[in-house]
Amino acid sequence: MAVQTVSRVEHSILGNALVITRREMRDSLRDWRIVSPIVILTLIFPFIMDFTSRWATNWVSRFTDPLLVERLNPFLLMVVGFFPISFSLIIALESFVGEKERNSIEPILSMPVSDLELYLGKLLSSLLLPLLASYLGISVFLISRLLTTPRWVPPVDLAILMYLLTTAEALVMVSGAVVVSSQTTSVRAANLLASFIIIPMALLIQAESVIMFYAEYSTLWWFVAALLVVNVILVRMGIRLFNREDILSRELDELNLKNTWRDFKGYFLRPPELAAQRGNAEAARFDLLRIYRHDIPLLIKQQALPLGVIAVVSLIAVVMGIMLARQFPVPPEALPLQEITPDTFESIQKLQLLPRINTRFIFTNNVRVLLLAGLVSVFSFGSLTLLLTLINVGLVSFIISEVVLLGYNPWLFLATFILPHGILELPAVLLGLTFALRIGAAMVSPPSGLDIGQGVLLTLANFIKVLIFLLIPLLLLAAYIEANITPQIVLTFYAG
Amino acid sequence: MIETVDLSKEFGEFVAVRDVCLNVPEGEVLALLGPNGAGKTTTVRMLGSILKPTSGYARIAGYDTVTQAKSVRRVIGLLTEFPGLYLRMKGLDYLSFFGELQGMPKDLIRSRSEQLLKRFQLWDAHNKQLGQYSKGMKQKLTLVRAMLHDPLVLFLDEPTSAMDPHSAKLVRDSIANLRRERRTIVLCTHNLAEAEQLADRIAIISQGRIIAQGTPAELKQRLLGDPLMEIRMAGPLNGLVPTLGAYVHVVDYGLDWVRFTVPNPAEYNPKLLNELARQEVPVVTLSEVPRSLEEVYLRIVETNQLDLEFQPVGEVK
Repeated sequence: MAVQTVSRVEHSILGNALVITRREMRDSLRDWRIVSPIVILTLIFPFIMDFTSRWATNWVSRFTDPLLVERLNPFLLMVVGFFPISFSLIIALESFVGEKERNSIEPILSMPVSDLELYLGKLLSSLLLPLLASYLGISVFLISRLLTTPRWVPPVDLAILMYLLTTAEALVMVSGAVVVSSQTTSVRAANLLASFIIIPMALLIQAESVIMFYAEYSTLWWFVAALLVVNVILVRMGIRLFNREDILSRELDELNLKNTWRDFKGYFLRPPELAAQRGNAEAARFDLLRIYRHDIPLLIKQQALPLGVIAVVSLIAVVMGIMLARQFPVPPEALPLQEITPDTFESIQKLQLLPRINTRFIFTNNVRVLLLAGLVSVFSFGSLTLLLTLINVGLVSFIISEVVLLGYNPWLFLATFILPHGILELPAVLLGLTFALRIGAAMVSPPSGLDIGQGVLLTLANFIKVLIFLLIPLLLLAAYIEANITPQIVLTFYAG
Repeated sequence: MIETVDLSKEFGEFVAVRDVCLNVPEGEVLALLGPNGAGKTTTVRMLGSILKPTSGYARIAGYDTVTQAKSVRRVIGLLTEFPGLYLRMKGLDYLSFFGELQGMPKDLIRSRSEQLLKRFQLWDAHNKQLGQYSKGMKQKLTLVRAMLHDPLVLFLDEPTSAMDPHSAKLVRDSIANLRRERRTIVLCTHNLAEAEQLADRIAIISQGRIIAQGTPAELKQRLLGDPLMEIRMAGPLNGLVPTLGAYVHVVDYGLDWVRFTVPNPAEYNPKLLNELARQEVPVVTLSEVPRSLEEVYLRIVETNQLDLEFQPVGEVK
């Protein structure tokens, strides 16, 4: 029998990743289009910024206190750090999608390295060079500002923050680039899609600039924390997306609306257990009885994890509502429950608790919130849906807490003001938020056997199915009760 | 060495490969032929543990391509359809990179690279950037890359398509050498003469299915019928055709030649020659008329009929 004659050395995951990193970094260093701007931004730009800072300080100090101009220094420090890392996006797009376009990826895919090792290797190669350039740029600027007059000595935490912010931002851009690359087959298309990274980053930099001019440096720690959360999401998503199967299966950047509609229709019409079988046309038929008896109970069962997340976030919202109510107690005249009379609901503004009592208004408002939750979930990987949950549940918790703080009976308040309609409305809204959350989560973790696009379509179809056949009837009924029955119950107990 | 059972791959609703059953023993060269888009590349990618089959399974050197993917990738060498080189790299650096990914020690990478680059007459260019390589040189280098870790199984996609005749011969000789070293090779090619020359067996794939497989001779016989023979005499036939017709099926004849088919030349030709000798007919030559694999291929692909009779016994389901 034939045997392989070569001996082998076992590499660790990082060892294999670094083989790829080294090659790609060498490749980048041979490309003058990458090297020359990095050199300029690392070794020349910081001196220009140093000169700008000194010149502005000297000039302003001729007329007034140079404090205002000194605020420029942290901003310049940030710019000096950010400019080199902006290249990480280009390097990452080139590394991930460029290889696909040049057909050089397949030989690597045939090597005994895992998808994770490949991903790590490419991530590091895209990150290290710009990041090192950025650290160098920041250091050059800091040293030159320390050694030249007028001196500027930054607070230590600000200097550390700059290094951390730069690192987190670079990682966001690179991990975002992997996600973008996974959806395209050409560098050109990837560059177009990169706007999804560039625009939020530009907004972030503007926000950071404003904070620096106000010298609220401690706020920037929240930025670092938020960026780290985004990084975790994007890296997890990238690891999931960067696999041999998906890399080679995607042949064209084609938007086929007809196929998209057909897939969506199939997901909507098929029972949940067969939903992912895209070729199964037989099961794709409308059966109202089946939807109520089988589909909706099964769909709810399948949402155990997002439902758990929504429950935990709701619990947090309740706690936050209580804490906020203690922190910001409302005056008794804001909640004059003892003054409720039969004409209270005619002049509802006096109570300042309920919106204008009208079935249509309440219903459309609730549906709008759920639709918005579904929409923002796609763009925020579900995080904004969680924010909506926090706001809605937190508001209810806040009001009940205020009632308690004002000495009213909370159980009576709950039973009269909230529960009559809330018993339908709250579960409906929480269920809606759960299904909305799953849409965003599909961007990071698509249902088994589906890619991101198909995953979003399937979860969207589930959301709409539940919305139409369960949530809308529930919300309509809840809105009718809230507009017509809840006020009567309130009056019975409070005005009576 | 290569075993697949009902190997299938679907991309959404598109079935790229369906129910492929192959069994390639050690040291055999299998030519996988088929029109563009027939499923050759997808099959090779599944065999190379790059894509996972939707159903069915494959084993390479005893390793399952899904559950033991890393082991599979250690024992295979893949020459892809497109060289896809890193043009700023130098030849030797390129090989070092892939050698390192294969886990080879550096000194071994160096010695294997040198040996193979010399064999393929690329050593003089080992320090040049790949952007300066010609098309044929690039293709040879990718073949060197595929052979660097001395794989047990090689998947070669169009190995000589961009080469001049001299380089192509070098590669063909290497493939023949590898076969002698008991390496198993799957050769995807549109060059049917090359397939016929190098392959022990041919598998023809169309619309994702293996529609015929066997040795070139088997395929010819099954599709084009019995071997076609031609006998040439020293003089005119003089009424010889009816005599020959008693032994063989005469297809055509001229002044001094006859073409006929026989189911088994080894059995019939000696009898025929004996009879002609007995009748004192002066025979100049008796030879088989060459029939090209191309004819077989075109007939199979154009009809695109799955004919189970083509499947050699014991090879496929």
